[in-house]
Amino acid sequence: MVDPQMVMYEEEFNHIQVVCDKLVRDANALVVFIVDKNGQLIATSGEYEHLDTTSLASLTAGNIAATGGMAKLLKENEFATQFHEGEHQNIHIQIVGQRVILVVIFDERSSLGLVRLRVRKATAELDRIFESLLRKVQDPGTPSPFAEITDDDIDNLFND
Amino acid sequence: MSFINYSSREINCKIVYYGPGLCGKTTNLQYIYNRTNPDAKGKMISLATETERTLFFDFLPLSLGEIRGFKTRFHLYTVPGQVFYDASRKLILKGVDGVIFVADSQIDRMEANIESLENLRYNLQEQGYELDNLPYVVQYNKRDLPNVASVDELRELLNITMAPDFEAISTTGQGVFDTLKAVAKAVLTDLKRGS
Repeated sequence: MVDPQMVMYEEEFNHIQVVCDKLVRDANALVVFIVDKNGQLIATSGEYEHLDTTSLASLTAGNIAATGGMAKLLKENEFATQFHEGEHQNIHIQIVGQRVILVVIFDERSSLGLVRLRVRKATAELDRIFESLLRKVQDPGTPSPFAEITDDDIDNLFND
Repeated sequence: MSFINYSSREINCKIVYYGPGLCGKTTNLQYIYNRTNPDAKGKMISLATETERTLFFDFLPLSLGEIRGFKTRFHLYTVPGQVFYDASRKLILKGVDGVIFVADSQIDRMEANIESLENLRYNLQEQGYELDNLPYVVQYNKRDLPNVASVDELRELLNITMAPDFEAISTTGQGVFDTLKAVAKAVLTDLKRGS
């Protein structure tokens, strides 16, 4: 079945950002980011200025999709957690609520144990936020911002 | 599925280039990458084999400008064309907003085109989509090569639903942006309808 449209509102975004900022501090992480399963970056926190987060988001989603494919072949629902260990930096990847992906990048100032512990707590909070977001999106009373756009608006994008 | 972000006032859409092996999907993306203003694009990522055949996907993020105060961003993906990479192809179609089918115009690639198109329909259905309900355009690539089928023949075999179609030579860029614009417009129009 096709997933419902992904929409992010200011209020939920702020809640998510607070969780990410807290996770960076609590887990002594370098960077925390959240991606949806289609590779769209939702939120970022930490020292991410030097990182190509758009590419990282797309590759993370590809990685999760490939791992999900492997899980299916083994008749598993999913592999919810992944860990990649590098020489200096490590990546911890966690699926949240079957919909989004929480990524934590950390170095020797933290440890896998600490990251796992803090991720577990953050996952529970994020799960609640995304649940409420999903309910809001599915509410038929919520208007689409694109109902008002005209054919001219679309044509103007391509005029150069 | 497009992603509307009210917080950053952005709308993100996913477009997938589909087609048989060596039809020019990656070449389309490379041309777009080379001809786009650096401000409007991100890094192009190619997960390819040592012989430069696409292994998993190519990815190119592109900004098109603003609509009603929302930045429009398109994420362009290609699938691996070779038949045995079908599991990977399915994954790339997840969350797709628009599809470009790149056909190889050479007569001896016609069977591969038909097989790939059937595979596209089948894989979309597995994800819960119907090709006929999606923003979709067809590109007849490699028009400069000898031994190509006529556009009428290609239409009859590969585009019976009369989706918008374009002739292209992706190595020189002919038709590349026309194809992209057509699908991007269709995606935004679809979004407007709220479907």
